[in-house]
Amino acid sequence: MVSALPPLADYAARLGDDSLVLGQRLGEWCGHAPAIEVDLSLSNVALDLIGQATHFLGLAGAIEGAGRDADKLAFHRDVMDFSNCLLVEQPNGDFAQTIARQFLFSHYQALLFEQMAQVKDERFAAIAAKALKEVNYHATLASDWVVRLGDGTDESKARMIAGLDWMWRFTDELFAMDDVDAAAIAAGAGVDKAALRADWDARVDAVLAEATLARPAARRAIVGGRVGRHSEHLGHLLSEMQFLQRAYPGASW
Amino acid sequence: MTKEIRRILESVPDPEIPAVSVVDLGIVREVSADRVVITPTYTGCPATHTIEQSIRAALDAHGFADVAIETALAPPWSTDWISDAGREKLRAYGIAPPPKGAGASALKNAQAAECPRCGSMHTEEVSRFGSTPCKALWRCKACAEPFDRFKCH
Repeated sequence: MVSALPPLADYAARLGDDSLVLGQRLGEWCGHAPAIEVDLSLSNVALDLIGQATHFLGLAGAIEGAGRDADKLAFHRDVMDFSNCLLVEQPNGDFAQTIARQFLFSHYQALLFEQMAQVKDERFAAIAAKALKEVNYHATLASDWVVRLGDGTDESKARMIAGLDWMWRFTDELFAMDDVDAAAIAAGAGVDKAALRADWDARVDAVLAEATLARPAARRAIVGGRVGRHSEHLGHLLSEMQFLQRAYPGASW
Repeated sequence: MTKEIRRILESVPDPEIPAVSVVDLGIVREVSADRVVITPTYTGCPATHTIEQSIRAALDAHGFADVAIETALAPPWSTDWISDAGREKLRAYGIAPPPKGAGASALKNAQAAECPRCGSMHTEEVSRFGSTPCKALWRCKACAEPFDRFKCH
């Protein structure tokens, strides 16, 4: 079932779901990263993303006006009502695969928020302007690692290539536009994502060149996340993330 | 009355870095007779709720239960809002304060930090992310001690 949220609330939920799902994914690294500094970095990025999700999902609930807050939307929707892009729900794989996902997503999110910080709707603009400063850190962190792994040993390079290869199929969806995007733009809240593509290509290509990596070959894009058609990975992620609130609804600290 | 409220807020410590107050950090944006406006440092900072609760408790304890606390996201918090007194307290606490006016431009070319222990500029970044969202891990090559640096933001 496609989310029954009104278009502008759906737009906010898409933004929130992207951040929430990626934040939860990164949280899986906590205590398992290759080094303490990396553990701290990924946990910090996860926290930033969950903070963004709290704001965007809170906004989605406020626009919907049916009394659902950020927690209600995060913990009490089923997998087909999530509207995150497929990229963020992809499994962590090894460290290089996680970095590939972060690299591709953070550069997209930075470009998106740069534009969204300028929109007329102050609620969206304020969250984007706030988050942008943090996302720039994420993009820098991921880019540094792409270079370090790509221009590293034979082993690290092979892993970086494999990681980018896994994630590349899900990048077209980031820039896809539909009726919800059009409605959000008409309402003064949305961004023309298709127009971000050229800048994203340039930023990604510059880092790949520095990392001595070739751009992955173009291939058939896999889409569907925005309308609730997800990979099998999201359900497992949600079952872990939502367990406590499903078993003990309304439980709090 | 506004002066009195501000004085109370100056005694509310940041839960993560108790050496500085919420006023020193620039979290308090506006104080009037009926409301206090605060802003989060980082969107995901786990201390945000604790800060609001601490401010609520301090206001209530001093008879200002009717003063509302509001949160504003815009304009986004910047380390430029940390007061000079706050910067000195951070340094004394062992955290290198952020340079003023650094903002996001400092991201790519992190300026050298002064070691808060020995004052040497012979330092290097170990990790851009540290024990809390607002800090990075640095190390001093002169006295060999690791230290936290408040991230430019």
